[in-house]
Amino acid sequence: MPRPMTITEKILAAHAGLDEVAPGQLIECDLDLVLANDVTAPIAIKEFAKIGVERVWDPAKIALVPDHYTPNKDIKSAEQAKMMRVFARAQEITHYYEVGCMGVEHALLPEQGVVGAGDVIIGADSHTCTYGALGAFATGVGSTDAAVGMATGRAWFKVPESIKFSITGQLKPGVGAKDIILHIIGMIGVDGALYQAMEFTGDTIERLDMAGRMTICNMAIEAGGKSGIIAVDDTTRAYMEGRSERPWTEYFSDASAVYARTYEIDAATIVPTVAFPHLPSNTRPVSEARDVKIDQVVIGSCTNGRYEDMAEAAAVIKGHTVHPDVRLIVIPATQQVFRDMMHNGLTDIFMDAGAAVSTPTCGPCLGGHMGILAAGERALATTNRNFVGRMGDPTSEVYLAGPAVAAASAVLGRIGLPEDLEEGGQS
Amino acid sequence: MKFTGTAHRYGRDVDTDVIIPARYLNTSDPDELALHCMEDLDAGFTAKVQPGDILVAEENFGCGSSREHAPIAIKHAGISVVIAKSFARIFYRNAINTGLPIMECPEAVDGISAGDRVTVDADAGIITNETTGAVFTAQPFPPFIKDIIEMGGLVEAAKKKVGAA
Ligand code: SF4
Repeated sequence: MPRPMTITEKILAAHAGLDEVAPGQLIECDLDLVLANDVTAPIAIKEFAKIGVERVWDPAKIALVPDHYTPNKDIKSAEQAKMMRVFARAQEITHYYEVGCMGVEHALLPEQGVVGAGDVIIGADSHTCTYGALGAFATGVGSTDAAVGMATGRAWFKVPESIKFSITGQLKPGVGAKDIILHIIGMIGVDGALYQAMEFTGDTIERLDMAGRMTICNMAIEAGGKSGIIAVDDTTRAYMEGRSERPWTEYFSDASAVYARTYEIDAATIVPTVAFPHLPSNTRPVSEARDVKIDQVVIGSCTNGRYEDMAEAAAVIKGHTVHPDVRLIVIPATQQVFRDMMHNGLTDIFMDAGAAVSTPTCGPCLGGHMGILAAGERALATTNRNFVGRMGDPTSEVYLAGPAVAAASAVLGRIGLPEDLEEGGQS
Repeated sequence: MKFTGTAHRYGRDVDTDVIIPARYLNTSDPDELALHCMEDLDAGFTAKVQPGDILVAEENFGCGSSREHAPIAIKHAGISVVIAKSFARIFYRNAINTGLPIMECPEAVDGISAGDRVTVDADAGIITNETTGAVFTAQPFPPFIKDIIEMGGLVEAAKKKVGAA
């Protein structure tokens, strides 16, 4: 009998060809997918060329997504995107997504069934941890790791300790997945889970849809986590069915598995939350942020750019008009999200309110393009990072919240709750 | 590997967006990246760093994105080694993979002020503050990681493996 293991330890052991692994152990794993984007792939491609292999290890297990500066922002970014395209063609990479099918990578790959339960995935992008929502071990690495992964199909890992977050009970109305993860990051800090796997369990998590679970796992990195993970259940199965291009494997933590720490969180104690500049851990209840005036609202990104997020924001903004001092930028994370929004009237709702609705891109989330802030400007965004200069000028500020708060704030011209609109706020 | 240089000191949670802002990520040219290293945190950084200087920071250095542009920018700005109380894990990996020496040593961080002359013996893990005379011992790398460093980074290590196969 192997030692009792967590879901993360089991996935890693299976991919290392071992019966058991323990935290701290250095192992080498077979990979199911290697990911890179238009920022990280160019360096990975240069490093790949140095290794001395002609072909990638498996052209079907590499995903290259030009999403950060595409459609190309300027000549330099066009060159980066071109380098990736040329490589993808030469290597016959199956999962290369040209502008027109491209989406924000971490929304796109699950949607397209490229990632699934039980996988070990490395991505040259820190939010690769998103795929933990499907019961996979997925972690962000740098370009060199991605290069070696593309060449060999393997990567080294230190088996992380796991932290268990058990969230139970009913969420209050108006509280969603983004509030849960901001609450947790506020509680443990931006290095609260450094080098560790964050495992989310409990009936509150079980009631979340896949979009919400992805929002939570997406921000594991904002607590310093190596990965976030949620075990497979019927919701996951229903999502993967008919979508997954490979068979998946389900792993579950043993009842006696060992955790570095366990947090019990009563869902009823979580309130709509906003992270103030300049750290995602700098959280406060939205109710205490009502005097913060804003210049821009961004709804989108790998954290909250899925259809469910758009629907949540649209439901709030419907029939209202964006505040005259605010620019509202709505960026569906994938073409499919964009299409579904159009078919279901969401695009009209946003445009009627006065929003700019754009083709998928990371754009303003990392201060790339499509909504950069000027000196001293303030944005509220459904994205994941509010570091100094993240969305533009170093003196600009980013506040982070969920889609409903973002929509309400766009109408109010200040940070606020959907209920503030009904109370005759400036709408 | 032995380095001597002047210490430049920063606080905790120095993130990859201030190490190299995304507005410069439309290129991967190391020298161009180095020009903008740390500019949102310390606009005078690149001007004052002399080749061989040492960057000292508190906890969670390099948190945020996976951009390898961050260790590359630091290295090409002239920094020989980064000493911190702790590193964010992707940065830690990237530094090892790209050959930027890093050391985890909370005592040294507390014992070094901005402007101190510091000598680092990376192989022995010994950090000496030449200004105060204090000597610190950094946590050693696990043998597996030491191997990668000794082989000259992950690509070199992979090269050997692929060649051997
Ligand atoms: S949306 Fe933002 S956080 Fe997500 S992958 Fe793009 S730049 Fe990174």
